[in-house]
Amino acid sequence: MTESRNEKSPHIVEYKTYVYVWIALMVLLGLTIFAARVEVSRYSVLVNLLIASIKTLLVLAFFMHLKYEGAFLRWFLTSVLLILSAVIMLTFADVWYR
Amino acid sequence: MENNGSREVSFYHDTGKHHGILAWLLSTDHKRIGLQYLAAIVLFFLVGVSLGVLIRLSLISPGTFMGAETYNRLFSVHGIIMIFLFIIPGLPVAFGNFFLPIMLGARDVAFPRLNRFTWWIYLTGATIIALSVLLPGGAPDTGWTFYAPYSIEVKANVGLAVFGVFVLGFSSILTGLNFVTTIHRLRAPGMTWFRMPIFAWTLYATGWVQMLATPVLAITLIFIVLGRVFGVGFFDPSKGGDPILYEHLFWTYSHPAVYIMVLPAMGIISEVIPVFARHRIFGYKAVAYSALGIAIVGYFVWGHHMFTSGMSDTSRAIFSFITFLVAVPSGIKIFNWVSTMYKGSIVMNSPFLFAVSFIFLFSIGGLTGLIIGSLAPNLHLHGTYFIVGHFHYVMFGGAGFALLTALHYWFPKMFGKMYSERPAKIGWLILFIGFNLLYFTMFILGYNGMPRRYFDYPPRYHTGHVLSTIGSWILAVGLIIIFANLIRALFKGEKAPSNPWGGGSFEWQIPSPPPHENFKERPVLKDNGH
Amino acid sequence: MENLEERDTLASKYGMWFFLFTEILFFGGMFLLYSIYRSKFPHEFHSAAQEENLVLGSVNTAILLTSSLLVAISISAVKKGRNGVSAVLQTCTVFLGAAFLAIKYFEWHEKIVRGIYPNAPQLDQMSNGTKLFFGLYYVMTGIHGLHVLIGMIVISFMVYFTLSGNITVRNFSKLENTGLYWHFVDIVWIYLYPLFYLVT
Repeated sequence: MTESRNEKSPHIVEYKTYVYVWIALMVLLGLTIFAARVEVSRYSVLVNLLIASIKTLLVLAFFMHLKYEGAFLRWFLTSVLLILSAVIMLTFADVWYR
Repeated sequence: MENNGSREVSFYHDTGKHHGILAWLLSTDHKRIGLQYLAAIVLFFLVGVSLGVLIRLSLISPGTFMGAETYNRLFSVHGIIMIFLFIIPGLPVAFGNFFLPIMLGARDVAFPRLNRFTWWIYLTGATIIALSVLLPGGAPDTGWTFYAPYSIEVKANVGLAVFGVFVLGFSSILTGLNFVTTIHRLRAPGMTWFRMPIFAWTLYATGWVQMLATPVLAITLIFIVLGRVFGVGFFDPSKGGDPILYEHLFWTYSHPAVYIMVLPAMGIISEVIPVFARHRIFGYKAVAYSALGIAIVGYFVWGHHMFTSGMSDTSRAIFSFITFLVAVPSGIKIFNWVSTMYKGSIVMNSPFLFAVSFIFLFSIGGLTGLIIGSLAPNLHLHGTYFIVGHFHYVMFGGAGFALLTALHYWFPKMFGKMYSERPAKIGWLILFIGFNLLYFTMFILGYNGMPRRYFDYPPRYHTGHVLSTIGSWILAVGLIIIFANLIRALFKGEKAPSNPWGGGSFEWQIPSPPPHENFKERPVLKDNGH
Repeated sequence: MENLEERDTLASKYGMWFFLFTEILFFGGMFLLYSIYRSKFPHEFHSAAQEENLVLGSVNTAILLTSSLLVAISISAVKKGRNGVSAVLQTCTVFLGAAFLAIKYFEWHEKIVRGIYPNAPQLDQMSNGTKLFFGLYYVMTGIHGLHVLIGMIVISFMVYFTLSGNITVRNFSKLENTGLYWHFVDIVWIYLYPLFYLVT
């Protein structure tokens, strides 16, 4: 049973790790505003969503501790996101091809 | 009798500071919560059956007892009660609550206070739905499916009913969350995943479906209320909205919902058949994996409820294909149950009779599902009585009969009393005959073009409707005998032993009824029960 | 055999993550509607987004990201036994949440007085795509805002527990799970922000 690891002392993430992540998030925020301003036209939205996803990964991995949790949770989260994506794609299979 | 110390006090005795009804309503004991849920779902089942009998009465003589508007409200409330108050909570809240912790060797579920909260939420949701029927404005006449734009515009108490369903949804989500966590964390030493009872596997798969599908219904219901109250026009074509998107969102929940209904049912059959065939289940791993398979693939078939809605051909082909795929794991289960019985030593008690008839009735339902899962037949059969027949075979013949199976199987354990076998068997036979007359006729009616949810019809369908209604009366008689037998046993039944059937899972090793903490000491699973 | 306390911690953590999975599907339904309607009305969504105040939206994003930082540090603080520091950080988070909602209120108010809200006569004159954009805007930011409010209330309870000694070095699972919820609310906004403010 992989979930029953013995955590005698809880894993503590140092304050400064979190601050570095925050700085990265702020930089990405600045980047995303810049990308929206510059007329990259069609790809603008895609670039912004990509940047949003990188921000999300940082929040998940560090703030939400997923980097240090078991593979179990990461696997579950991935599956949930895949299911949601599949539902959206199947709906598009209707709307786009009518 | 094993470990049945005379000083063993059952969970029926009040131990805390509360007494009487408070000791039940405020209890966090999974057994008390399970029994309360059982009483509620049986009550709502009988209410739903009564409404069904009324529907059938109206149909043999449309206009005599009620007008068309009332008829529409009648079948809508019948659906809402049966689906949201009976079948979806159904087996998990009654038998999952009572038996999952025991079968895993645990004292209770992972979050007992959350469990009690789900019971209170269920009561709240039920009250809200009752209010929507009783208050001025009247019950919805939209069908239990609440299709937009009609549900957004109609004057009935749709907002209230939909809010009640929303509240019930939380009960479902949190129950699933509780069970999944329980299975992850509270299995007894020695009980690895592949040594769990199959019922636990199905509750696990069901829990994930409850967690991941119900929220989509929640947001969809919110959209209905927002449309009614604030004029938000997501499904209103005059505001750029698309009614088909409502159907997408609705069925993205409501198809997986049928697996919430049927997976635990299959789990029960997987428990009962081996015990009464005196033969371990054939292909344990395949049966376990097929539960997961049904849950996962079942996410991606919802479009088959919408083949005639105006969806693209591309998506219709995709959904039809995946619908065929999802039949495979169900087929595996059926094959494995039958193989379990082969060369077994069958004991024809009532639990077994109900279980075997499940296999027969569910198979008919499933096979007709393949017919309507095919695109061309669906164009002809969508919206007809063929569909009504199909889903009653799988939901009633399937989940409903599984509930009766569970009731007869676990009655001695829950109540410490034995019921009479003979009335149980007689009731079963009458129910079975009535059921088939009632619903098989619908396949013929539907194939010949009789639409569903229609108040009246051309004369050529009259004979079919009469036969079907007679079936409903026979079915009702069967149910009366079955429940009268069980109720009588509650008061006058003989004391039940710990293990009347010779079952191998943990619940049969403790007294009937169980003591408050289930086990005197934590059980350890030594051998592989399967 | 693992002790009872430890098993509870992992069970609670799973419980909160599973709850967040349900929230993903809940918001997912809204994102699905957004993506379908955006694909149908790309130009109207594009120009309607220009009505949004980019400065306010970006400030709000920065506010939430910072609040997540503070919550994360507050948990590390408790693990180091620094309950006082933790309580201060959590309180700041609540204030940042309030600031977020205040800005949101201002944004909504400013639109409502101009007649841009569902069923308003002015909005009804505009194109269908515009109507849908603003319908989605109100619904999605509204439901998100509700989640922010709930988060603020729960964190306020955590401040009390941190100060009263209910949350300790050995027993901080409540705070950790509250943090998870708050980070999730932050992530939803991380996606809402480009979809409503940056599609220009």
